[in-house]
Amino acid sequence: MDNIVHININGVDYEVVAGQNVLEACRSVGVEVPYFCYHPKLKIAGSCRMCLVYTGMPARDRATGELIKNEDGSQKIAWMPKPAIACGTNVAEGMHVITDSDAVKSCRQGVLEFLLLNHPLDCPICDKAGECKLQEYAHAYGHAESRFVENKNVKPKKVEVAGKIMLDAERCIQCSRCIRFCNEFIGRSIFGFTKRGSKTEIAVYPNADNNSNYLLNVVDGCPVGALTEKAFRFKMRTWFLKAVDSICAESSAGVNTRVWSREGIIYRITPRRNDAVNDMWIADSGRYVFERFKSENRLPRACLDSSPCDISYAINRCVEIMKLGKVAIVANAWQSLEEQYIIGELAKATGAKIYMASHIGEDDGKLVSADKTPNMRGAFVAGLISEYPKADLSELAEKVRSGEVGTILCLRENLLELGFDAKDFKTANIIYAGALKNTSSDIAKISIPLRGEFEKRGLWINRQWRVQKFEKAIEPLANTIDDLEFLSTVLRDISGASFTIPSVDEVRKVMSEKIVQLKDCAKVGSLGKQIDASAWSNIKFPEANAMHFDVK
Amino acid sequence: MAIVVERKRLNFWERLYLPQIISGLFITLKNIFKPRVTLEYPDQSPVLPVGYRGAPTLVKDSQGREKCVSCQLCEFVCPSKAIRVTPGEISQDSEHAHIEKAPKDFQINMLRCIFCGLCQEVCPEKAIVLQNEFSINGYSRDEFIRHKEDLYARGGVHPDKIMKWKKVKDNAELGGGH
Repeated sequence: MDNIVHININGVDYEVVAGQNVLEACRSVGVEVPYFCYHPKLKIAGSCRMCLVYTGMPARDRATGELIKNEDGSQKIAWMPKPAIACGTNVAEGMHVITDSDAVKSCRQGVLEFLLLNHPLDCPICDKAGECKLQEYAHAYGHAESRFVENKNVKPKKVEVAGKIMLDAERCIQCSRCIRFCNEFIGRSIFGFTKRGSKTEIAVYPNADNNSNYLLNVVDGCPVGALTEKAFRFKMRTWFLKAVDSICAESSAGVNTRVWSREGIIYRITPRRNDAVNDMWIADSGRYVFERFKSENRLPRACLDSSPCDISYAINRCVEIMKLGKVAIVANAWQSLEEQYIIGELAKATGAKIYMASHIGEDDGKLVSADKTPNMRGAFVAGLISEYPKADLSELAEKVRSGEVGTILCLRENLLELGFDAKDFKTANIIYAGALKNTSSDIAKISIPLRGEFEKRGLWINRQWRVQKFEKAIEPLANTIDDLEFLSTVLRDISGASFTIPSVDEVRKVMSEKIVQLKDCAKVGSLGKQIDASAWSNIKFPEANAMHFDVK
Repeated sequence: MAIVVERKRLNFWERLYLPQIISGLFITLKNIFKPRVTLEYPDQSPVLPVGYRGAPTLVKDSQGREKCVSCQLCEFVCPSKAIRVTPGEISQDSEHAHIEKAPKDFQINMLRCIFCGLCQEVCPEKAIVLQNEFSINGYSRDEFIRHKEDLYARGGVHPDKIMKWKKVKDNAELGGGH
């Protein structure tokens, strides 16, 4: 094959993809090369010198171009006299690389000693401690002791950048990742270096607007604690946090994320690499979606006619009311694909029509799309809707007023904001089920507390028609019922069928058998799976062209 | 399987009991005149050896600065999960503002503490010290959960030879190494 080259790393032959640099090639075969300034999604700077390795090529006779053999008949290697940076050297056919010789080790020790000369070593008060590359490499490759006895350089500390980042220039190792990120992704210069030599400082432009909705990505990119997130400052040490793979619920972009929590409290959300969706970035607004589910915003308990009651009693009443007929279901696009599938089954069992409302906002052409719901395409795949929903439900409100609809099962949506009046809540029996409380949950006939995105698992389909899974990050709030359990219980009691309440995996399996496009969705991996969307190609979606996404 | 133990038959003197009682009384009489080895606790308190591991406390340095920077390593290392730190930021107008971080609250649950001393060993600031208090009692569970002020009151002052944060501040005031 053309795109394969044969290289030798530390005496072992490997076949690697051509065109990549030595660092990535080593990583692809499991040989670790330490680095600070290299970033797979940014241009090469070659400023940290941490990834120094020795490279060589098969020796050739200059006159004839023939390969030169050693005395024992093996191929002679012409080693480069000095080490080269692995991130800035591309692999070539026959290349030999050494990453573990004494010379390479002493290179790394030397680089680390220089980096640590003026580093404040204040790990106990640094938020990066525990996930800091300098800390890790100092342990793995550095000297245990410092030979530096002079006073350390003094640089600006506790500098606030754009109100959301704390800059500590003393901790900076001048890798320039933040500078490159702003120049390449945000598209304008925000950070820059000032001064020279050991006094080089990272700084921002004074009296300029340094804000951007993507600025916090420099915090994830920073290999040390020079740039830390202000909202996360001194909140929790990273080693206490448990990370769970999730998907950003901010918009239909479906950014892959990690949710970091401890003892049921979410402390932060960081991006997760997915080269087909978000590379390694996330919008700053998407980092705080968990704040929607603060306890004061939650529906705390089941209510019947605004007085608290037991959940199972509320569900029984809900079933009784729905059995009276003239039912409509208001679904939403935050519900997982599995839940939407059960909603579809419920609609079939009750003869109800499904209504949805769209939530359109601004599209930034990057990772925040116009559709503010994460799973609108899931509603198409699950068969809930066949055309893009309108922004309000006035059509349904009219039907309530004319008496055509007598009962509404409303999931999450606030009917009062979607064309309903408070007096419609008297005319029809309105059942509200959702994780969050709102003005219509207060006056609904029955309100049932469900779970938020972080308390359950499921699948969402993003704007690229990519099925992606999110996992349960925290334990659910007490006195709430899982959405899938609630919907299946109602479905079972209304249809009179007898089946055990299915798990997420069981619903996924049934869906993959029933829905052609979801044929393999039971085995969706952590990076998601593209589905065939040709059946919905005539539907007009609100998203604009963006990263990894073209409007067909 | 049961093991049958052969009982030795007692001889005449042994069956008489009196020689045994008398020899026992002689031992008592001998010890009355020997120096006392027991301690009349709680009227007398024991002399504790150096390095005794009693209740953990928080300490201040000789300038009255709280040493703890709430790095939470003690909370991490604590095998019985007795420690709970709530980190906080030092206000900008404090003279210790350059240290940036201090505990907002520091709880040690003395019902959970097993006096292993790992917190003292792991502390990078030498801020938590196991001291001599060994008799820990109270009337409610709440009394056993010691908070920051209580821990500092019990800890007192531990002189710091290195004074690294003072060096940082002095260095910054001098303008650095150049």
